[in-house]
Amino acid sequence: MQLINDKQVVQDDWSFISDDAPLNADYNIVSVARWQQHRNELSQTKNLGLRLEPDVMIEDIADDLSHFQLIQLFFPVFTDGRAFTHARLLRSRYGFTGDIRASGDFMRDQVFYLNRVGVSSFELNDQENALQVMQSMHDFSVDYQESVA
Amino acid sequence: MYQYNDKDQTLINERVTQFRDQTERFLKGEIPDDKFRALRLMNGLYVQTHAPLLRVAGPYGLLSSKQVRKLASIARDYDKGFCHFTTRQNIQFNWPALERVPDILEELASVQMHAIQTSGNCLRNTTSDQLAGVAIDELEDPRPYCEIIRQWTILHPEFAYLPRKFKIAVSGATLDRAATQFHDIGLHLVKNEQGEVGFKVFVGGGLGRTPVIGQVIKPFLEKQHLLSYLEAILRIYNLYGRRDNKYKARVKILVREAGLAKITQKVEAEWSLIKDQLELSAERISGMQLQFTPPEYLAEATQDTSYADNLVNHPDFATWVKHNTAEHKIAGYRAAYISLKAPDNPPGDCSDSQLDAIADLADQYSFSMVRVTHRQNLVLADVKQGDLFSLWQKLLPLKLATPNIGKATDIICCPGLDYCSLANAGSIGVAKEINETLDSMDYVHDLGDLKINISGCMNGCAHQSVGHIGILGVDKKGVEWYQVTLGGSSENDAAIGERLGPAVSKENITPVIKTLLEVYVEQRAHEDESFLATFRRVGVNPFKEKVYATD
Repeated sequence: MQLINDKQVVQDDWSFISDDAPLNADYNIVSVARWQQHRNELSQTKNLGLRLEPDVMIEDIADDLSHFQLIQLFFPVFTDGRAFTHARLLRSRYGFTGDIRASGDFMRDQVFYLNRVGVSSFELNDQENALQVMQSMHDFSVDYQESVA
Repeated sequence: MYQYNDKDQTLINERVTQFRDQTERFLKGEIPDDKFRALRLMNGLYVQTHAPLLRVAGPYGLLSSKQVRKLASIARDYDKGFCHFTTRQNIQFNWPALERVPDILEELASVQMHAIQTSGNCLRNTTSDQLAGVAIDELEDPRPYCEIIRQWTILHPEFAYLPRKFKIAVSGATLDRAATQFHDIGLHLVKNEQGEVGFKVFVGGGLGRTPVIGQVIKPFLEKQHLLSYLEAILRIYNLYGRRDNKYKARVKILVREAGLAKITQKVEAEWSLIKDQLELSAERISGMQLQFTPPEYLAEATQDTSYADNLVNHPDFATWVKHNTAEHKIAGYRAAYISLKAPDNPPGDCSDSQLDAIADLADQYSFSMVRVTHRQNLVLADVKQGDLFSLWQKLLPLKLATPNIGKATDIICCPGLDYCSLANAGSIGVAKEINETLDSMDYVHDLGDLKINISGCMNGCAHQSVGHIGILGVDKKGVEWYQVTLGGSSENDAAIGERLGPAVSKENITPVIKTLLEVYVEQRAHEDESFLATFRRVGVNPFKEKVYATD
């Protein structure tokens, strides 16, 4: 799958692994439930990412962030705006410096906002043109709020 | 009035470009309906019964004459020659073509206007008192804070996809003219025991299907913490507001379900972590206050004697002054209401020629400024007493001088079934019928202060639940019926109206209103006891008995 990372189009190395499947990729993303159940074993894994669904209580995983190189914010539906707050808090409150990735049903017209709350990479849906998505990050050259990008 | 700087102008220009691109992509089939819906709503664009409806932001109700002329030209060039003023001080066009909306936004941007976040599940236009800066009962002008909030809300990256819409209103006066207790957040400028001015913060108010009066979450908030406190409330709402049911997604439901104590605790905990990072400096506040410096009032305005003479010699003028003007904090000036409630006018509608004329009158008499009121009228806020007579004479032929501000025929009304795809019943027609019944102005004046609000469906855009008399259109098997409530109020004594009884049919709604008014006149203790006061004293029964009497 294509990906925009740090405003460049790159190949995506990461895969989300469902809870009942073995971790067979080089770069594995797991659910919060799997992480909480198998924390000891998983913390030995190199290249680990964590998927956050919108209903996650971000403070519950805040102390574990050092185990992850990547946090994937999964949008089941583009109107669920909780991930915007999650990204913001991951960056500004919990000091997460790894990659924060938007995944799922978000759209091109949201990347300007997502970028500003600290999301650093974007999984692309098939129909979207990577160059246009990158352009949308610059829809506005000015803003009224502090950015955590 | 706030003047855009380069940054403000750049932002709205870029918004026009962005929306033009989004519209083109939609028309080419590159954006699916559900996604474009969210994008267009955040630009105030609804799809209605006949055509799209475009809602333009009227920031805290303040417009320059130049902006009013632009609204007139848009009404002429892109619409059917009129626009509609809403209860949240915004402006609606009912007939624009979807593909021309980007052009309208470009026209608006040329006069520092936009339609950003006038709809959708986001932070909406901040509203305020139409007499801000001139009211005699004002502690401090709320508009500098409104503008600070406006900027903070525009394209806020964290709060662009909230569970539901979010509305903020600010009042700086003793009398709440901005219905602040029926907003998601209401802010009142108040003085604490040390004599410092800050904000009393209400949360969880709202109208619509489930009307709720806001509760005090913070009795006194220091000014420098205004934005951090708003941000704390919004963050808690964004995280915990319900997203499973759009009718239960407003912050009022979160407050009700969790309880004020729990929400207060969460907000305070969040706020304690961010309050120092988002402080408003004294310079930022005073800099913004400079943008709202009072105009150059003339001390000699008090010396005019023609005003007193005209009041004596022209009883119709005196009637208009009594009902349609308000006291001004500067001696020799008054605030003059322009009634958009002429008997045959759909409430809140204004034609292009009226708009142009109003802009001219603003230039001539009121420092080129016009304000929009929560009750869908306009105000020229700074008129010299010596100019009132000629202003009145010019308003008369424009049908803008009906002396009915705050009276029975000053009806708040939504577009209803005539335009709105959500409506269950007509509302403009009912307003017209009530107007025809109340054709004697003397009778209307005798009825005193009376707020009749009519909504065509339970979404309640015309705030029927806080009308002294509220009328709600309901659909009964495809037939229009009306539910009546009594005793609501959106002012300091905020109350939600009590149901009169079973809904009444379309043929009966106007006769029922007539009966209610007769009962009031019969029941009032004296001529000065208002409808609301009488209702509160005698209760619903005398009204109910008369309306549903079966003889």
